[in-house]
Amino acid sequence: MKFVDEFRDGRLARGLAATIAAEADSARRYSFMEFCGGHTHAISRYGVTDLLPANVRMVHGPGCPVCVLPIGRVDMAIELALRHGVILCTYGDCLRVPASDGLSLMKAKARGGDVRMVYSSADALKIAQDNPGRQVVFFAIGFETTTPPTAVVIKQAAALGLDNFSVLCCHVLTPSAISNILESPEVRELGTVPLDGFIGPAHVSTVIGYAPYEFFAEEFRKPVVIAGFEPLDVMQAILMLVRQVNEGRAEVENEFSRAVSRDGNLKAQNLVSELFELRREFEWRGLGLVPYSALKIRHEYSRFDAELRFPLGYRSVADNKACECGAILRGVKRPQDCKLFGTVCTPENPIGSCMVSSEGACAAHYTYGRYKDAA
Amino acid sequence: MSKVRENYVRPLDLKHGRVDMTHGSGGRAMAQLIEELFGRHFDNEFLRQGNDGASLPMPAGGRLVMSCDGHVVSPLFFPGGDIGCLSVHGTINDVAVMGARPLYLAASFILEEGFPLADLAKIVESMAKAAKEAGVPVVTGDTKVVEAGKADGVFITTTGVGVVPEGVALSGDRARAGDVILLSGSIGDHGMAIMAQRESLGFSAPIVSDTAALHGLIAAMLATGADIRCLRDPTRGGLATTLNEIARQSGVGMMLDESSIPVNAEVAAACEFLGLDPLYVANEGKLVAIVAAADADKVLAAMRAHSLGGRAAQIGTVLADDHHFVQMTTGFGGRRIVDWLTGEQLPRIC
Repeated sequence: MKFVDEFRDGRLARGLAATIAAEADSARRYSFMEFCGGHTHAISRYGVTDLLPANVRMVHGPGCPVCVLPIGRVDMAIELALRHGVILCTYGDCLRVPASDGLSLMKAKARGGDVRMVYSSADALKIAQDNPGRQVVFFAIGFETTTPPTAVVIKQAAALGLDNFSVLCCHVLTPSAISNILESPEVRELGTVPLDGFIGPAHVSTVIGYAPYEFFAEEFRKPVVIAGFEPLDVMQAILMLVRQVNEGRAEVENEFSRAVSRDGNLKAQNLVSELFELRREFEWRGLGLVPYSALKIRHEYSRFDAELRFPLGYRSVADNKACECGAILRGVKRPQDCKLFGTVCTPENPIGSCMVSSEGACAAHYTYGRYKDAA
Repeated sequence: MSKVRENYVRPLDLKHGRVDMTHGSGGRAMAQLIEELFGRHFDNEFLRQGNDGASLPMPAGGRLVMSCDGHVVSPLFFPGGDIGCLSVHGTINDVAVMGARPLYLAASFILEEGFPLADLAKIVESMAKAAKEAGVPVVTGDTKVVEAGKADGVFITTTGVGVVPEGVALSGDRARAGDVILLSGSIGDHGMAIMAQRESLGFSAPIVSDTAALHGLIAAMLATGADIRCLRDPTRGGLATTLNEIARQSGVGMMLDESSIPVNAEVAAACEFLGLDPLYVANEGKLVAIVAAADADKVLAAMRAHSLGGRAAQIGTVLADDHHFVQMTTGFGGRRIVDWLTGEQLPRIC
């Protein structure tokens, strides 16, 4: 497949692997966090870690949109489907996220809720146009990548004068999550999570550009390399990080130059700021309440805000006590450190959110990498 | 004098007519539907007996194999086939991968009130054509009609009976460490052909379903006299799920080589676009064979000589592994597990 196979070339990968092995200082360890679930997935699916020397370790970060979605928000979506009788539209990964009372959107559907999987926000708008007699709510989740498409449909709904369409907005912001991890005691004071650098987001950065990460490089003295989601991108980024560490640099470098610029997509950014404003705080699964880390719909478009249209209250719900998703999302623990991993918590019966999406650290390790635990 | 012809019955309106509740009531309308549509197209000596069941000659020797398969595919018509031929191929394949020569089919139709008779006729014609080509007659059947909204057009369940000759014993628990894994051709074609038809996706791709009856290919493989341990058709859940089933049943592990697994470029691109993995996408005309290593070349040659096995390949080997992991060397040079399918990758595929 053109423009894809080139980035999965095994011969180039072996060459890069040899260079990384040659340049990595055998006297030290390197721990790099890949922030995005997309990178986690690529690393697991293509077996990238098998090509890395033993002293280069990848730590999975919190950048899986489904994984950081708190139970309380899923409960709201379920309430919309079951109690308010709306057509609830959402991306496929959200359907299996475990919520309160043993429910998930998939299970709510089996109980008669009209829950529909969509591939894009535009599909949800179309469903609203096709069902004028029904209230249609788009359960909007994700980082900066999925926010502009949500903004577009709200604008379109306003232009069309659709009064049966609204959005349950759960969009979150990447830089806030990275700050939260870097500020956490495990990283900053205790040093229990050694982090020598970050592989920065791919698709998110196409929208926000790489300028927002310059603060982290400077303030926390951590190198950041923006990388694409193909396995060769990841390998190349790891080599760039190893070089920065070796040379004592902490800069933002852009491996994903074929898609990311310093300023990003200004049109998308303007659209997002026209439609959304910052929430004072937002609960993240695993990270807890993070100030100014999520978006809500601006007052001018509030008639499309499902939280205002329907009587919905947010209730924070704690994770299962034994679930380590929180620690795993912060890089403090690995999936195999959790007692529930692979026993009561599996992709078929996820207890924690990291086991739901294929981008989640637990699901990726379970699905692709658990032969390593058996060895 | 009346001008109406004696014994005249107005024929079914196969152009504009629709299924209504009387077509399942047991009365004249049902008899007419059976006679003018099912009887006419499926016609064979057993169906012509006209009784509640078909009375069939006892096959001499061997063991009987029986299998049934419900078909609820959406959409009903897709590039490369429709629910009719699919319901014939699916059951013939389930019987054939047991090592059996398929002999007879039974078909049960659940029709939804309001379903166009023209579509039903197309489906029945396609089914009859597939059965004829395969040489496996539909010898008995049943028709039910449910109210509008209680089904989705038409559901077809087929049951097949076949006979396994003496000396052939294929089973999912017979894979042994050292055996090789053969695949008859490209994967993911059926699933992605269906996916590309789903209107909600708004994309189109020139992908054609691989739906086909595999008993001819299987007969050619068995005729080599090779030690074939097990055959399976990787339908729902795809190749990955089928291999995991065999690994668990036999208590073994497997190691696949990603670069040896054929995937058509259009299928690979569509999967990439939708975030799907072709290893988990359904096939309706492919088979996996676990074969003793010494016989691999012989079987592979027989497969490649058949029109349905032109791109057959050895894709991996069976290993001793207490964890029963199916693993794969990726084209990238790493290693990963090829796990069971989780959840549903794509609903109503067959």
